[in-house]
Amino acid sequence: MLVNELKKSLFVSLWFMFLTFPIMVIQVNTVENIIQWRWANLFFVGVGSFVLSALWRYLIRRKEQGIQETEVDGVARVTLSQRLLNNRRFTIPALFVVSILALAFPFVFSLYQTNIMITAMIYVLLGLGLNIVVGVAGLLDLGYAAFYCVGAYSYALLNYHFGFGFWSVLGIGAGLAALFGIILGFPVLRLRGDYLAIVTLGFGEIIRLIMENWNAFSFGPSGIANIPRPGFFGVEMNIEQVTIYVYFLMIGMSLFTIFVVNRLQDSRIGRAWIALREDEVACQAMGIDKRKTKLMAFALGATWAGFAGVIFAAKTTFINPASFTLWESINILCVVVLGGMGSIVGVIVGAFVLILLPEYLRFLSEYRILAFGAVLVVMMVFRPGGIVETVRRTYQYKETA
Amino acid sequence: MDMEPILDVKQLTMKFGGLRALDKVDLDVYQGQIVALIGPNGAGKTTFFNCITGMYDPSGGDVLISPPKNGRPQRINGIKPNKVTEKGLARTFQNIRLFHNMTVLENVMIGCHCRMKAGILGAVLRGASTRREEEAVIQKSYTILKKIGLEKYVNDFAKNLPYGAQRRLEIARAMATDPFMLLLDEPAAGMNPQETHELDELIIRIRDTEGISILLIEHDMKLVMSLSDRIFVMDYGKKIAQGTPEEIRKNPAVIKAYLGEEIDA
Repeated sequence: MLVNELKKSLFVSLWFMFLTFPIMVIQVNTVENIIQWRWANLFFVGVGSFVLSALWRYLIRRKEQGIQETEVDGVARVTLSQRLLNNRRFTIPALFVVSILALAFPFVFSLYQTNIMITAMIYVLLGLGLNIVVGVAGLLDLGYAAFYCVGAYSYALLNYHFGFGFWSVLGIGAGLAALFGIILGFPVLRLRGDYLAIVTLGFGEIIRLIMENWNAFSFGPSGIANIPRPGFFGVEMNIEQVTIYVYFLMIGMSLFTIFVVNRLQDSRIGRAWIALREDEVACQAMGIDKRKTKLMAFALGATWAGFAGVIFAAKTTFINPASFTLWESINILCVVVLGGMGSIVGVIVGAFVLILLPEYLRFLSEYRILAFGAVLVVMMVFRPGGIVETVRRTYQYKETA
Repeated sequence: MDMEPILDVKQLTMKFGGLRALDKVDLDVYQGQIVALIGPNGAGKTTFFNCITGMYDPSGGDVLISPPKNGRPQRINGIKPNKVTEKGLARTFQNIRLFHNMTVLENVMIGCHCRMKAGILGAVLRGASTRREEEAVIQKSYTILKKIGLEKYVNDFAKNLPYGAQRRLEIARAMATDPFMLLLDEPAAGMNPQETHELDELIIRIRDTEGISILLIEHDMKLVMSLSDRIFVMDYGKKIAQGTPEEIRKNPAVIKAYLGEEIDA
């Protein structure tokens, strides 16, 4: 068995050596008009692909064994993350440490680091919002950045034209985003899966293209600058103070989001969303209004994008349509999928990993995105449930006679 | 029986393009009855169910219900499936359609959904009334599971249940919607004789203790004959016979539908 596996890996490495031969080994030196044969590269490719292939096979096999064991025992595998989350002796000290870290962070680290954290927390908001739509209700939405865009532009434009302040627009922006969520929701009520994904993708692009081309309304690609930062009862603050203020504002918003999303998921509505994800037909047959439930998911998901958009505009003080491309939607989707669909803790972890990793992987420079892609592929093969998989809640019931 | 039928289907027709999947089918069910709908494969039985439960909008005819609680007859064809369920007709599916990644208890709790009120605000604020409602639903769901005999699986995922238990969970979930009538689409399909026997008892128990009338599609003749008060037989979208099990057993049209044209020995 082992020999067989190794043989396969050997074959893979030979194949790779053959495939990469022209680019890795042959080099034409045009200055001296000679061909250089870099045989050492062939060796590296061979060994490298052999090791990677063997490792890959080993991990796959271990994973399959795990699945088999689960099937034999009939007991669901409990992952380490789930066990930790269910253990109060772990969660309470962990929460304590995290909150101390969060409180001390802006005073210990530089402004630059604080700004990265704010960005990460904006993605927590976005991730948790999209999680309602994709993770819980199972509606694949590739145009989520559109709602983010709506939030950001509603602050920028309302402020520019009417001088609305941050706090009043925070609500209005979220409301507008929710409205757009419903507008998107109506035509896609009948769609599912791939079709839904394509339509939402189109919707996201429409919003972005409108913002890019309707100069009279949105100032086009040049964007809107000098958006005021959030105010604090009219107190004048310098850049450092404002950043710290926004940082704590984001912590507050994140906590608020976590609270609301958690309550929603763990309610009649949350259950209906999950049921909708599992089986739409059965869901309706059980008396759930599909239309209302779907629209609610779209609207509530979009609301958080609206919040995040307003804060984003206030934080960067400049927005243009380039911030709300398809890539942005995909990034947010990655936060949800990588973190763990449907899991609140997962999405938070996912947001931090996804924003902080590329930030701190800068030393890899141009290989950054390559490494990032590799991480995603490996993650999805070995942990399709995400970093922190959802745990289904078990309910307490009284024994009836 | 001088009462109104609780389900009265008149001249129900369903056309898919040129195909008449249902052709002027009449059927009625009275309170407390177990009624079976049988027929060869492709006879239109499931289409009939889909038309009654709002999955399809029938091309013609009427579906009238008069729920025992408020006896007013009302026409329900063309309304949405969830509205049909709200009115008290709950169904199960021929191919099991559970919410696989939810626990058994949650599956039943979903059934209670349309009898609950909590909205977005209620869910977020989680006031006393919402908490009470949740509590009551959990308790009600557990009680139903106990009646169906699934209490040992409460916190298991639906997908991990044995086949027979999954079928029974579908019934439990349908019962959670507080129906006055259950529509069971081949509840015994794929069950072994032991499980079928338990199902037989379960259906009778549901009728007797819960007062829920039952309309079922079934191929297992033994089960149909022992359970049913009345039987309707369909073939090629048409109703070809109705009557008590005894009458159906002797009906030449039924024998012909099941066994083909006259057999010359």
